[in-house]
Amino acid sequence: MITQLDERGFDELLFATEVPVLVDFWATWCGPCKAIAPILEEIASEYSDKLTIAKIDVDQNQQIATRYNVQSIPTMILFSQGQESARVIGSMSKQALLKKLEGLF
Amino acid sequence: MSTDAVNEVVIIGSGPAGLTAAIYSARANLNPIIVEGEPSSNSDQPGGQLMLTTEVENFPGFPEGILGPELMTRMKDQAIKFGAKFITSKVTKVKLTDKIKRIWLSDENETELLAHSVIISTGAKSIMLNVENESRLLGYGVSTCATCDGFFFRNKNIAVVGGGDSALEEAIFLTKFADKVTIIHRRDAFRASKIMQQRALSNEKIDVLWNTEIRAFNGENSLNSVTLFNNLLNKEYEFDLDGAFVAIGHSPNTEIFQNQVLMDENGYIITNNGTKTNLEGVFACGDVQDHMYKQAITAAGSGCAAAIDTEKWLNNNIS
Repeated sequence: MITQLDERGFDELLFATEVPVLVDFWATWCGPCKAIAPILEEIASEYSDKLTIAKIDVDQNQQIATRYNVQSIPTMILFSQGQESARVIGSMSKQALLKKLEGLF
Repeated sequence: MSTDAVNEVVIIGSGPAGLTAAIYSARANLNPIIVEGEPSSNSDQPGGQLMLTTEVENFPGFPEGILGPELMTRMKDQAIKFGAKFITSKVTKVKLTDKIKRIWLSDENETELLAHSVIISTGAKSIMLNVENESRLLGYGVSTCATCDGFFFRNKNIAVVGGGDSALEEAIFLTKFADKVTIIHRRDAFRASKIMQQRALSNEKIDVLWNTEIRAFNGENSLNSVTLFNNLLNKEYEFDLDGAFVAIGHSPNTEIFQNQVLMDENGYIITNNGTKTNLEGVFACGDVQDHMYKQAITAAGSGCAAAIDTEKWLNNNIS
């Protein structure tokens, strides 16, 4: 299951979660974001014990996007104990995404 | 891994050409398999170049216009309705010179598909400038997708690089967010259609830097400026910029077919006598074999032709 975050829930989830959190910065009007959404769903259910996946709509939460210098979507940032440990920009296949996150969760 | 069944036809690519070929060959009971590609943020993705566009105004049958991604979703739905099967994967390797054609996929199992005939409709991908810092700043001010990233440049200083229809469409789209959009074009005239040129040039928010090339992107964490070169005055200078959208053109996606399928010097597949390639049972349609028209409707038209040519070939050659 993928949580939809807002500004308030963002910090809470980042620091309260023991497993790494992958945050997907997205928006409703972004085609490549739509293409990667089902892939993130799959990863979320396959790795539910190792990884939390959350989404944040940049349209509604611009401050968070600015805080993390997100200027392109989809951007997926992996946070380990609240710290950014990896950043993946652009839509891609499940295999390619997992490869980029290999060993990090 | 290999699946033993020999498919009647495998279609590689899922833009307007591939999907039209899918609709026609599914209706002809050829049970087509479409290897549609993988998600990406450039035009090399399922649905093709139209997935990154907004309003399509020149596809017949839609007087009020239709969104590019919506048009492609509808074409895919239409192909599925008639039984076409889709695989979300890329093709990594082919062997098309034998009677039974072999196609390897990019999935974990490296699945191998067998086919009596193949329709190539892999289209073209957007090309990058290949200048300093371009790949490092991709996603940090340098973008290939105006519809994805325009939002982040509200009231910022932005530019579109290129002079074709897609560059001008992006520039016009980006005026929704920015007060000023600069088009940077290396020639003294646009390649784009008259109607797009009129719209862009009459738009008060759009400025054009003619005869100007980008030499480098500059910036630490995000784009701050570009190094420009005016090729008329032979002058290099810095230009402040927060966002640059690259739309300089396309090159055909034909790397995997090299040394098997005959191509011209620019990598476009050569077709003869309809959609036939140099190989028996291998057909090509859409932008992968068209450097002249490059329209959704011409791609769809040639996709239809490829399906008909394939059906005829199968009838004559495979019992």
